[in-house]
Amino acid sequence: MNDQAVTRTPEQTVPARDEPALLPPVDVVEDAAGITLYADLPGVPKDRLNVRVEGETLLIDADLVLAVPPDMQASHAELQRTHYRRAFTLSRELDPDKVSAELSQGVLRLRIPKADHAQPRRITVQVA
Amino acid sequence: MVRSLFPRDLFAEVDRLQRELQQSFDTVSPSIRGFARGYPALNVGSTPKSVEVYAFAPGIDPARLEINLERGVLTIEGERASSLPADDGKATAHISERFQGRFRRVLSLPDDIDPAAVNASYRDGVLHISVQRRESAQPRRIEVQ
Repeated sequence: MNDQAVTRTPEQTVPARDEPALLPPVDVVEDAAGITLYADLPGVPKDRLNVRVEGETLLIDADLVLAVPPDMQASHAELQRTHYRRAFTLSRELDPDKVSAELSQGVLRLRIPKADHAQPRRITVQVA
Repeated sequence: MVRSLFPRDLFAEVDRLQRELQQSFDTVSPSIRGFARGYPALNVGSTPKSVEVYAFAPGIDPARLEINLERGVLTIEGERASSLPADDGKATAHISERFQGRFRRVLSLPDDIDPAAVNASYRDGVLHISVQRRESAQPRRIEVQ
């Protein structure tokens, strides 16, 4: 424990990204026109959700907001953090400029269409 | 470390690791009904006047939630539809981690709750159930005559 205290970087210099966060469960479904991602983010209001694409990485950051009575004492907690984070690497055929997101009842639905050049094409076999 | 011929999904592995870590840090002792980390996840707290239960159940139609309180045992039941495609060969599920199907979670509440004063609300995927404690059980100042 003492070793940790010595080698640990001071709180203020630790970037927010390195703090422990909840890992939301996701479903990822691909069809011919693109990819749909569903993520469970219970307790996240729309204004506390941040979805962005940095280079080839898709980042989901969100805050869990609960209206808890001020004098409440927790007796059992299965969710012990208030921040969700998850990152995915996008592949090149996906179009990061056309990502659309909707959040409804704690479920985020992201639609990432494939770029036009990556749309499926039937290849005809030439008979020689 | 066992090497696998088929490397497993890294995200699923990390998820499993996180769950295990979180479990080992928990200091709350398990109840007789176990310590199931099922769906929905539950947080429970209490104030001098009430018991507050938060069920993290995203993507549910609140009208189809079945919440029962019987002899101090709170039961939350429901069903969550799958977002995965039908098996028609047109779409592929690459990751499937979200809960689907029927769920049921059972929680025993303290003895001093008032079964007639229960409030349930659903917002942003969180079901909040607030159960009032009985008046007689609340702390009271006793005047000296």
